[in-house]
Amino acid sequence: MIMAIAAVIHLLVALLLAPLLLGVINRTKAVFAGRRGQPLLQLYADLAKLLRKGAVYSGTTTWVFRAGPLVTLAAVTVSLLVVPFAGVRAVGAFPGDFVLFAYLLAVARFFTVIAALDTGSSFEGMGASREVAFSALAEPALLVGLAALARRAGGASLSDCYEAVRLFDFGPNGGLPLLLIGAAFFVVFLAENARIPFDDPNTHLELTMIHEVMVLDHGGPDLAFVQYAAALKLWVLGALVVGILLPLRTGFVALDFGFGLAAMAVLAVATGCVESTKARVRLTGVPQLLVAATVLAGVGFGLTLR
Amino acid sequence: MSAHLGNGESIALGDLPVLSVAALRDEVIGGVARGRRLAAYFGAGRRGDALRVVAVVAGDDDGELLACAADVSGSYDALTPDCPQAHWFERELAEQWGVEPRGHPWLKPIRRIPDAFFRVDGEEVHEVAVGPVHAGVIEPGHFRFQCHGEEVLHLEIALGYQHRGVERALVGGPDRRTLAYMETLAGDTTIGHALAHALVREALGGGGAPPRALAIAGIALELERLANHIGDLGALAGDVGFLPTAAYCGRIRGDVLNATAQLCGNRFGRGLVRPYGLDHDVDDALREDLQRRLAAARQDFAVADRLLWDSPSVMARFEGTGLLSLDVCDEIGLVGPAARACGAERDVRQNHPHGIYRFVHIPICTWPTGDVFGRAHVRSIEVQRSFAFIQELLDSLPGGPVALERPAPPAADRLAVALVEGWRGEICHVALTGADGRFARYKVVDPSFHNWFGLALAMRGQQISDFPLCNKSFNLSYCGHDL
Repeated sequence: MIMAIAAVIHLLVALLLAPLLLGVINRTKAVFAGRRGQPLLQLYADLAKLLRKGAVYSGTTTWVFRAGPLVTLAAVTVSLLVVPFAGVRAVGAFPGDFVLFAYLLAVARFFTVIAALDTGSSFEGMGASREVAFSALAEPALLVGLAALARRAGGASLSDCYEAVRLFDFGPNGGLPLLLIGAAFFVVFLAENARIPFDDPNTHLELTMIHEVMVLDHGGPDLAFVQYAAALKLWVLGALVVGILLPLRTGFVALDFGFGLAAMAVLAVATGCVESTKARVRLTGVPQLLVAATVLAGVGFGLTLR
Repeated sequence: MSAHLGNGESIALGDLPVLSVAALRDEVIGGVARGRRLAAYFGAGRRGDALRVVAVVAGDDDGELLACAADVSGSYDALTPDCPQAHWFERELAEQWGVEPRGHPWLKPIRRIPDAFFRVDGEEVHEVAVGPVHAGVIEPGHFRFQCHGEEVLHLEIALGYQHRGVERALVGGPDRRTLAYMETLAGDTTIGHALAHALVREALGGGGAPPRALAIAGIALELERLANHIGDLGALAGDVGFLPTAAYCGRIRGDVLNATAQLCGNRFGRGLVRPYGLDHDVDDALREDLQRRLAAARQDFAVADRLLWDSPSVMARFEGTGLLSLDVCDEIGLVGPAARACGAERDVRQNHPHGIYRFVHIPICTWPTGDVFGRAHVRSIEVQRSFAFIQELLDSLPGGPVALERPAPPAADRLAVALVEGWRGEICHVALTGADGRFARYKVVDPSFHNWFGLALAMRGQQISDFPLCNKSFNLSYCGHDL
């Protein structure tokens, strides 16, 4: 009963706090650059502003373009239902839900991409082609890593997998495999969320963009949906990363939950640190990084087979 | 066959040799083949049916400027097939005067939007159009890429959105507006263009600015170089998403601009340089203030600079991006840091020294790689050299006045040439006066005029996603080109 309530609370907390993660990342970057930075709650203000606005649709677009942000937001929100957080099982956990999870993210991406192609803009076409090429390489890393987790947990739902992760687990299936899978997930986390070194969320240069360029034509509430979906995706994938790398469990649900939130904040600060100290890799170098992540996950998987 | 003159000198128009077109072709093509450069090539005005074209060829080894002219009517054999440096000049000539350089391989206007762009055929080739309205707050220009996937096969650059008709407005001067025009030819090169204009005026009228004015003008020119180079290094870091240097350099650039404002009341140096002197002097308090500000900026820059060069992720982006060989650089006549980054020893301050640079030397910085790394590296070294140069001058400012009390008016029927090494490269001003001592033609060649084509060539075979980085490494002026 307590767990069920905690799971619902996680849903609400995720929906509420996801935009804050971006605020923490931006604040970290501002501190590194010696700036004061935007308010922590800036994204909330942006979302409120965008929701009050009207949207402008180009005459060349069809219903696909309007459906894009909605379907993306819906898919990412549903994926939240199967993500465990801080030792709390997900509301919608069932065996094999990690496949659903991966493909909900794929649906979100698919609709972002065809909405971008629907505009007929050469910029958005380039962004779409990049997004598809790179996510095809990021997906194996995620799925191989999840397969390894499922193998060592002996269960096939994300919640089973993450329940079996313990801090200071130096057994044959803990320690190194978990570290490798965690590293692979961190890379996927950065790539899927369009962070440096894969993409630069701050740039204004369309020719260099991957994710941002696909949503250039969205405005008003549509843009709010896009931005909120991006924040939720950051939370969802972030929960998978901290669930492996910072699995603090005391047995007290409330305490674990607090630790989980703190771990998310640590992840956001770590992301900010990466973005402040690294330049973007050249676009041709992105596949190498993603393949490296797949290899890390693959080695982790191999180790769990012993 | 050509008239010889030095930088900042003038000759009587009667002494300007008017050759046949064939002889002018020989002079220019032969000179360029021997390692000289075409610094300016323009129409000076009509005489009946014929157009008088003037060519100025700069010899970087001997510091000589060779000027010659020819009368062409209707059409003539283009220089470009034998001398690619004339490419842009001849397109401009055709655009401004309606003469046709026969055999020019790509004859279309440079300041009007073309009806058609060069197209690469093929099912998998796609075209990307960027601009004229850009995502950042920058000037307008149109870039048309022919791409195969992410690879750029060809880039054509269409400019002209900033055309103001400045050269035409200068005819009949000098008057009260002339200096205002000069200081806004390219807003980021205020000191450079004002200095070139002052040199032209002094060459036409005889005499020159007093020593103290030369020293302070040199300081101002190097301050302009500092501000822009530091800003560029920060922007290059920003384009690859490297936050620390981008943030620090943005601030340090501001510090240098503020130092310029202390000097003359304007951050971009407007209202400082005048023919025959300066409008502002430096007293002891100001000198100490400048020394203090620049010492702090120098220290801060050293930190930001080291961060940039010590980051492997940044170097991985800079190295091998936007390559230009020394051969191509010489062939198309690049100038400024872009040329020096290809290994060319091309710097007006050394090759054709004027003013203070005759007495205090500043070493040329070159780098052989010709990529974004090279262009950034040359800037970084030049920043250090400019800091040292300014410090040296501030420590030993000559005494005396900063301006002559009675500037001489321009003499009649003369031609004057002035070269100045602006931060972007060689600025060339050529003035011809009429019988009344007024400008009959005033030609401005901004360094961007030479270098835009270099950017187009540097993009060949590159990733289209690297274009913004490449573009920033040249950082060319749109309004300086369009005039």
